Amino acid sequence: MYKVKVFVTLRESVLDPQGKAVQQSLTNLGYEGVQDVRIGKYMELTIDGSNQEVEKTVQEMCEKLLSNPVVEDYRYEIEESVQQ
Amino acid sequence: MKFAVIVFPGSNCDVDMFHAVQDELGEEVEYVWHDADDLSEFDGILLPGGFSYGDYLRSGAIAHLSKVMSEVKKAAQAGKPVLGVCNGFQILLESGLLPGAMLRNKDLKFVCKPAQLKVENNETMFSSLYSKGEKVTIPVAHGEGNYYCDEATLQQLQANQQIVFTYTDNFNGSLESIAGIVNEQGNVLGMMPHPERAVDELLGSADGLKLFQSIVKQWRESHVVNA
Amino acid sequence: MSLMLEPSASQIKEQKIYREMGMTDEEFAKAEEILGRTPNYTETGLFSVMWSEHCSYKNSKPVLRKFPTTGERVLQGPGEGAGIVDIGDEQAVVFKIESHNHPSAIEPYQGAATGVGGIIRDVFSMGARPVAMLNSLRFGELDSSRVKYLFEEVVAGIAGYGNCIGIPTVGGEVQFDRTYEGNPLVNAMCVGLIDHKDIQKGQAKGVGNTVMYVGAKTGRDGIHGATFASEELSEQSEEKRPAVQVGDPFMEKLLLEACLELVKSDALVGIQDMGAAGLTSSSAEMASKAGSGIEMNLDVVPQRETGMTPYEMMLSESQERMLIVVKRGREQEIEELFAKYGLEAATVGRVTDDGMLRLLHKGEIVAEVPADALAEDAPVYYKPSEEPAYYRDYQAMEQETPQVEDLKETLMQLLSQPTIASKEWVYGQYDYQVRTNTVVAPGSDAAVVRVRGTNKALAMTTDCNSRYLYLDPEAGGKIAVAEAARNIVCSGGEPLAITDCLNFGNPEKPEIFWQLEKATDGMSEACRVLSTPVIGGNVSLYNETNGTAVYPTPVVGMVGLIKDLSHITTQTFKQAGDLIYMIGETAVEFGGSELQKLQNGGEIYGKAPAIDLAVEEKRQASLLKAIQAGAVQSAHDIAEGGFAVALAEKAFGTELGANVRLDGHIEAAAALFSETQSRFIVTVSKEKQEVFESIAADAKLIGEVTAEAALVIKQQEETVIEAAVNELEGAWKGAIPCLLKSEA
Repeated sequence: MYKVKVFVTLRESVLDPQGKAVQQSLTNLGYEGVQDVRIGKYMELTIDGSNQEVEKTVQEMCEKLLSNPVVEDYRYEIEESVQQ
Repeated sequence: MKFAVIVFPGSNCDVDMFHAVQDELGEEVEYVWHDADDLSEFDGILLPGGFSYGDYLRSGAIAHLSKVMSEVKKAAQAGKPVLGVCNGFQILLESGLLPGAMLRNKDLKFVCKPAQLKVENNETMFSSLYSKGEKVTIPVAHGEGNYYCDEATLQQLQANQQIVFTYTDNFNGSLESIAGIVNEQGNVLGMMPHPERAVDELLGSADGLKLFQSIVKQWRESHVVNA
Repeated sequence: MSLMLEPSASQIKEQKIYREMGMTDEEFAKAEEILGRTPNYTETGLFSVMWSEHCSYKNSKPVLRKFPTTGERVLQGPGEGAGIVDIGDEQAVVFKIESHNHPSAIEPYQGAATGVGGIIRDVFSMGARPVAMLNSLRFGELDSSRVKYLFEEVVAGIAGYGNCIGIPTVGGEVQFDRTYEGNPLVNAMCVGLIDHKDIQKGQAKGVGNTVMYVGAKTGRDGIHGATFASEELSEQSEEKRPAVQVGDPFMEKLLLEACLELVKSDALVGIQDMGAAGLTSSSAEMASKAGSGIEMNLDVVPQRETGMTPYEMMLSESQERMLIVVKRGREQEIEELFAKYGLEAATVGRVTDDGMLRLLHKGEIVAEVPADALAEDAPVYYKPSEEPAYYRDYQAMEQETPQVEDLKETLMQLLSQPTIASKEWVYGQYDYQVRTNTVVAPGSDAAVVRVRGTNKALAMTTDCNSRYLYLDPEAGGKIAVAEAARNIVCSGGEPLAITDCLNFGNPEKPEIFWQLEKATDGMSEACRVLSTPVIGGNVSLYNETNGTAVYPTPVVGMVGLIKDLSHITTQTFKQAGDLIYMIGETAVEFGGSELQKLQNGGEIYGKAPAIDLAVEEKRQASLLKAIQAGAVQSAHDIAEGGFAVALAEKAFGTELGANVRLDGHIEAAAALFSETQSRFIVTVSKEKQEVFESIAADAKLIGEVTAEAALVIKQQEETVIEAAVNELEGAWKGAIPCLLKSEA
């Protein structure tokens, strides 16, 4: 069993109005050093399979569904989880 | 002319699209479920608005993987008119039938209001009954209608005159105020405003009716029937 | 994992654990008496939720009995998911309003969203297609960051749920007053359409029939939500966050479509929403209404989490679930019907003849309680009632016209009061057009939704001015019903019936119970005079923060029938040259008025405006007749802010203006801003002058609609207000966005 963590973020060239709103709000709260906020998605997948296969599958999943390459980037981390 | 209104789980403007075609346009129309595997009997494909699969993950992301979408692609390749409105537009973008992507509206809020559009290109099968530069009122209702594409794509859209409608007041932050675009072949139109909500003066505007009539006109001209 | 052991029956009794679940010693003793033994943990849970105010109306029953609930057109009164009224052609309208105040105070987005989801289920569980939503909202003043947060998130939650499920949110009201600072009110109303033959009941009939569970899986969310709703909010309330559920509008959309297909099947016997008190209330009530029993095997209840106990399953308020009873042997076709929508239908039990709600878990009977005892035998309390001292003081005060230096500036200020100001910031976030039947969008007196395939339409509104109710609950209760009817009539509709949401403080306080009694007296009388029976509703008590109650706020949701699309009328001017009439005389009445509140830093005092229901009824009837005769171009009732505000509202969005002259029987400030009831401003085209005057004999011609977009109001010969419409409209439109942007 593998535990996969997928991080999807807006590509740098794309404006993130939600991130901007949060940054503004943090500044209003008195946190003046906040230069930039980018908001993304975090997903956890539990997958059965061999190591090589999992890597390939996850990449495919990210490209086909989990992210939209027009506006989003993705990265992932794969951890082997011990069977209970 | 016979239209299909594709129904995904979570579509909610399917009924509006159906009635616009049946009651106001006076053409044949049927609902087609998302798992259909044959659209060959239809002359035009309509992807309605709504929240397909709850718009979970991303608007249109899950719907574009539905079984019916490979049939929609076939219809598009065959040159049949394909119209995606609102969520239907988002699905067309996710499926790659149209270029670009949708971001959240610039003020992060859902917006429902009558929007004024400018007809940028009246030489498409969807806009031939409008005049170029005409201002029309068609309602919008969306939270993610902020159109985005990269520079190269934009240049292509402009060079090929693929931008059909723009907003006169760019309330959602769309690139170049884009409200609706066609593919290079000109037979797939995606737009955020809802022409099917503007087919009856009783509800505020009938400016959207000409869009549907344009489709029928083009179809009749290319399917000349001997009387 | 640690295993939490449930207390035994004797521990519950000795340690008075039932008190933590909101039961009194007497109630626990009554439960023991009914069972002939001490209830176990699960059973105590069943009693405590079913006997909570939210489910049993144990404190409000005596006052609810006063409401007129029958009428020629009433097909279903209170007691089912929603009430039903005949609209002819074998069709009927189904509607209900419900509160989600406490959850919204704790988690505003989800609280409001699940409130919307819950009321929609009430309507489609009757077999009706939901066609419109309205919301009645109350918040504190928009000058604190907490209130702004609550306001923005509640609106976003309503939009998030309603837009996704695809039911247009067409109207409602939003009011702001310090009294709601810590305890906002979020009331949602749903209106549906049904063919008579499809009307369903929540009954578990037919011994041996199958009980099925459909929709979302059960999780630990919302456990004891009904009890939570029956307590005052306090500093500790935020710690009770687990009681708030999360909504899934996509799931509900699927459930809605599946259930509307289900009601066409003759395999269906009964259907009920799992709302407050979830599986407990739906099963106990369905059995009790049919005089039967239900036996359920909790092992097969679809569960989202592992290791759930019977107590947790029965008390969970997970959203988007329905309990249905189907004919024995027809389970498979029901499963297939739901599978088409990607939903699971699980067989969880059967109908029995012994009147018991019997629950099995892991092969053992874990609860066995008479269904009637849970659904019907909750104690009824006749709370002591006492007229509060403040009321006597206010009644002794004389009505007087406040000092106003600058009439135009005062009008501008009134138009900028968030309660009066444009709510476009709110309704612009709601999809009010989906399903393409919305003829009159939010912003006019009532919303109008056409009935597709007919020449009819429905007018709908929610109303309640709680300031009048606080000063005089009986007069205020009458006014709430009368104002709702005015809005329906102004839209061209005949008022049909009401649903009500009684938002009050803690009924254990005699002054609060007195407010509840008097308000419902007033409402009952108005409902009788205006022929609008009460077909259902909801009671929300304990709306208090740290011991202070909100103003009594019995929100009235009313639906009217517009018999012909040509009768649809809106509030705004239509063309220059039309004649402006006023119906009703203005008296000096400023108790609880918007102007009084403005001038006194939010405080109100004195007498509420008087109301004569016979006069009200007569004026409404003649106005409706004039509208139906095609003699009226626009109609608007005079409400908060008085005549000047109503006149200005008629000009907004039209590029027209008005030139009017009032008589001089009272001071200018009173003529412009007094809140005397039963008044209307109507415009009539010159060609229809004669027809109109013959019908509305007591209407007074006061002026003309002008092509120039300016308001000119004279009192006799003296100009008292002269203002450009765009200046007034700017103040009215900009007020709420401006308040939200300003730093708290």
